[in-house]
Amino acid sequence: MDFISILSIFVMAVFVGYYVVWSVTPALHTPLMAVTNAISSVIIVGALIASAAVGIGGTGATSKWLGLLAVVLASVNIFGGFAVTARMLAMYKKKDRPAAKH
Amino acid sequence: MEHTIAVNPWASLAYLVAGVCFILALRGLSSPTSSQRGNRFGMIGMTIAVVTTLVTHVPRHLVYIHANLMTGTIGDAPFIPDYTTIAEILVAISIGAAIGIVTARRIAMTAMPQLVAAFHSLVGMAAVLVAGAAFLNPEAFGIAAAGQIFAQSRIEMGLGVAIGAITFSGSVIAFLKLNGNMGGKPIMLPGRHVINLAVLAGILGLVAYFTQDQSPWVFWTITGLSFAIGFLLIIPIGGADMPVVVSMLNSYSGWAAAAMGFTLHNTAMIITGALVGSSGAILSYIMCRAMNRSFISVIAGGFGGDSGGGAAAAASDRPWKRGSAEDAAFLMSQAEQVIIVPGYGMAVAQAQHVLREMADKLKEEGVRVKYAIHPVAGRMPGHMNVLLAEANVPYDEVFELEDINSEFAQTDVAFIIGANDVVNPAAKTDKSSPIYGMPVFDVNKAKTVLFIKRSMGGVGYAGVDNDVFYQDNTMMLLADAKKMVEEIVKALG
Repeated sequence: MDFISILSIFVMAVFVGYYVVWSVTPALHTPLMAVTNAISSVIIVGALIASAAVGIGGTGATSKWLGLLAVVLASVNIFGGFAVTARMLAMYKKKDRPAAKH
Repeated sequence: MEHTIAVNPWASLAYLVAGVCFILALRGLSSPTSSQRGNRFGMIGMTIAVVTTLVTHVPRHLVYIHANLMTGTIGDAPFIPDYTTIAEILVAISIGAAIGIVTARRIAMTAMPQLVAAFHSLVGMAAVLVAGAAFLNPEAFGIAAAGQIFAQSRIEMGLGVAIGAITFSGSVIAFLKLNGNMGGKPIMLPGRHVINLAVLAGILGLVAYFTQDQSPWVFWTITGLSFAIGFLLIIPIGGADMPVVVSMLNSYSGWAAAAMGFTLHNTAMIITGALVGSSGAILSYIMCRAMNRSFISVIAGGFGGDSGGGAAAAASDRPWKRGSAEDAAFLMSQAEQVIIVPGYGMAVAQAQHVLREMADKLKEEGVRVKYAIHPVAGRMPGHMNVLLAEANVPYDEVFELEDINSEFAQTDVAFIIGANDVVNPAAKTDKSSPIYGMPVFDVNKAKTVLFIKRSMGGVGYAGVDNDVFYQDNTMMLLADAKKMVEEIVKALG
């Protein structure tokens, strides 16, 4: 893909993001932050590429370890982010449903 | 500039699908009913992205690749998977998953702002590490030929590492402030604006220079300066401005992912980065608007410590009325409608559960109870809503500022718990007030105002006195929020 196609995807996605986020109800702004946090950890893709690459020489090996560390950090975020979002969303209940006693 | 990364079209398609799933994940949050489905779309998207990467980048054995590097035909190497590396990757994912899931299960809802800040810092650090890895082994990412990284990739990489590092160190400071390890008061360095601008200019200059010289010192200096500017930018921002800071760092973590997506030509990362970047930016904008402050003035910092600053000492000696829990219980049980206005103080006192008990008792007496949430109540966007949801308050009893503000005039009791500036009429009437222009609840129009406050000393983070305290129809309930509400519940019987 050339730079212009990538840039086009990016610009379109910014617009999509703009309209989608304005439609998010303010009551769910905290879950929104948690879930955006989880999905921004898609950076794990880069971390996996670095970890899977063949390390040649010192810098290659360092690169691989940096990648593996990044995999750990991004995984914390992915699993933690989605789990905490699910936990929060499960709490939002409507009036007619009987309130669970804790 | 004419370089293309050899990509499998199926992989590109899969990343695109992952990106679409992420859009649907955010779309689901438009209402609580569809939100859980949205979250599942997010998980599906992430699974697609991870599996695609693992399948297209199965680690291969060094020996064969090494032999083939001489001829530059990596693709023709016989396929011998490197099981050690595969195991290492799976272990890395499992460690992260275990830490993440345990944290997510155990964390208290009141600690959500800290958790989000901590998560942001991880995204930032991951971006720094990925950029570092790409710099050290650019061939693996297909962004270099004969050891020379493409100029365009150098810019993307430089920006990626800079944004990632700023996100990391900024989020660490935000975490420390939110978690109480560091005072909420702004820390003002002399000449900080000059220092900050100089460091920023230095970073941009080095990114430009990086296109000419790919020496390690250039890359690592960019990284170091960016870590520094992250600290410097957040240190002068007061605790009460944290909703803006947390949103802003949310935005940065997105831009960092997008920058790395440009480097790797990865659609999923670019779409996600753009989504998250605009999401955080919109939240920052909403928060700034709700405080009637410009983004620049928040970033410039110096506003709002936890204790309310020096102006608090000037608390006036005007007469005010003190009430007891019994008075409050009686007034509310006789009311037709009560509107509860919660603020950060409710979160600090962990009073949300007992507050819901109080509302239940009132409902048994036939009182209509509603909750009014200001956009900047608490320490992050939507903070109050999550706490009320945790306490099983139905979300259709919870209203936003513009939806409920006209109702105070027909309301018998406005019950203010842990909020202050968001109910201060000075925001409408006093042009000299630091909060002038901030949209506020018209609680003073209610027949009676019940105001829970720890003491008459502190006057909110803006350090502004509040006329509501001294109104004839206001009754001050001076106590810890949780204790006071517990006593009211007892008095309600």
